[in-house]
Amino acid sequence: MSSLLILGAGTAGTMAANMLRDKLDPSWSITVVDRDDDHVYQPGLLFVPFWMKPDRVVKDRRSFLKEGVTYLRREIAKVDPAAHRVDLVGGDHLGYDWLIIASGSRARTDLVPGMADGALFRTKVHDFYTLEGAVALHEALDNFTEGRILVHLAELPIKCPVAPLEFTFLVEDYFRKKGIRHKVDITYVTPLDGAFTKPVSSKAFGSLLTDRSVRLAADFTVERIDNEKQQLIGYDGRALPFDLLVTIPPHTGAQFVIDSGLGDEGGFIPVDKHTLRADVSGRIFVLGDASNIPASKAGSVAHFATEVFIDNFLAAIEGKPLPNAFDGHANCFIESGRGQAMLIDFNYDTEPLPGMYPAPLVGPMTLLKPSRINHVGKLAFEQMYWRILLPGHKMPVPALMSMAGKKAVNGSTPAAASAPAAR
Amino acid sequence: MPTNTLNGRSFEVDEEGFFTDSSQWSPELATDLAALIGVELDEAHLAPIRFMREDAAANGPTPTLRRLQAVGGFDIKELYRLYPGKPAKKMSWLAGLRKPVGCV
Ligand SMILES: Cc1cc2nc3c(=O)[nH]c(=O)nc-3n(C[C@H](O)[C@H](O)[C@H](O)COP(=O)(O)OP(=O)(O)OC[C@H]3O[C@@H](n4cnc5c(N)ncnc54)[C@H](O)[C@@H]3O)c2cc1C
Repeated sequence: MSSLLILGAGTAGTMAANMLRDKLDPSWSITVVDRDDDHVYQPGLLFVPFWMKPDRVVKDRRSFLKEGVTYLRREIAKVDPAAHRVDLVGGDHLGYDWLIIASGSRARTDLVPGMADGALFRTKVHDFYTLEGAVALHEALDNFTEGRILVHLAELPIKCPVAPLEFTFLVEDYFRKKGIRHKVDITYVTPLDGAFTKPVSSKAFGSLLTDRSVRLAADFTVERIDNEKQQLIGYDGRALPFDLLVTIPPHTGAQFVIDSGLGDEGGFIPVDKHTLRADVSGRIFVLGDASNIPASKAGSVAHFATEVFIDNFLAAIEGKPLPNAFDGHANCFIESGRGQAMLIDFNYDTEPLPGMYPAPLVGPMTLLKPSRINHVGKLAFEQMYWRILLPGHKMPVPALMSMAGKKAVNGSTPAAASAPAAR
Repeated sequence: MPTNTLNGRSFEVDEEGFFTDSSQWSPELATDLAALIGVELDEAHLAPIRFMREDAAANGPTPTLRRLQAVGGFDIKELYRLYPGKPAKKMSWLAGLRKPVGCV
């Protein structure tokens, strides 16, 4: 009789518990710990500021865990890998034979001076990465009639790195439909040197921002928010005035990860990027946003990685070599407004490319180009999440990335003679 | 991959001019590169570059500003003073490292 302990009953923890319950001998105990019973469908937070009802994105975690999985509602305080021990807030502790850490990442509104501690927080300074934030932003947008809006990304990594761009396209469309787009000035503010990290997609998103008359303020590293002057202040001295600031704050891992000394400078746990096994202990695997793998912090990554992980785990507990290697596969729909969305599909080695994505059931979807069918796909994902993904059923898409349908883009930028980027 | 040559020393770069092979870097090359962007590499300028090279050699990716602050103990404001405008990019270029991106 062995015990598996899972920290966090979000996307990854729930999936892993359910998939492993089917595979592990009934003599194994599986215990999942989370601090509350509210499972939030986080991709829905993008829509709450516009039209989605807040209660639609929350469901009871417990109803998604299979029979034979024990659920414990407690706050985790600390992990001691050497002692195979997890301390809970309030004094108790749990032992384990095998541990999965799936405690996700958090948007830290406390890390930018003048954000959470500023007078304008949740009136003119907003985030939408929490349900409270998304609800407050809904009201602010409702009341907004004219002025300057900044959509601001503080730093990477963040959850769903395309979400700030999606929000920008949606907010543009929102004011267009309201008939007051000409009175609203929108700027996308990013620490990157373009709209996105990878060259080909950065170009595609950048030209869409231009098409929609959204300004781009690139290479902007935020120092603080000046609440009195209503300005976003950069380290380089730039001061961007706003009437409404929508910011995606820096992210870190869970507090208990940081307190246990298990994280890197962002509180993300170092793992082998192909097996997700923690560097600190062979008995610990890290699924979802909590690890330091160089991939998007996204539900799709958590899902693909967990599928690949299951057989590795079954091998690990038998002391066998791990058969599978995760490739960093991510697959993200990007709402682009006008009832359309784009799609990107990529991994550790292949950047998002244009072409077609062969999707079963619905037919091919356009990559890196807005289409109606992608938007329908994005909305359909909500039901797939609750009904297929969380319960641990097989999704009709392959876990590892495929090049099928993708068009290679060669030499998108000409060779630079020296270092223009650095100047 | 394009190759750049500066004062008789060659090094491979990516499309944006960042080194693709950090072993082709040398302190002398850094000094010459720095002159191109109007920076004189004194001790204050060199300290973060040294940290970045050591950190990247040990961990792989080019460290971000946050890592320079959290792990290296550097003050971000001071880095902006030393390397005005785009310190992360300027420093990684001078350190012979890839452009820092954080992850996708
Ligand atoms: C606005 C927004 C839009 C998004 N859109 C998309 C999208 O379109 N597509 C996509 O693929 N992904 C999207 N994502 C990202 C996706 O939601 C996350 O990547 C995914 O949920 C990560 O799963 P996880 O299991 O790692 O973490 P989570 O699902 O966040 O779960 C972590 C769990 O750990 C628990 N926990 C943490 N610390 C403790 C503690 N000390 N004690 C007890 N419990 C603790 C938390 O309560 C939580 O339930 C979006 C995210 C946001 C915020």
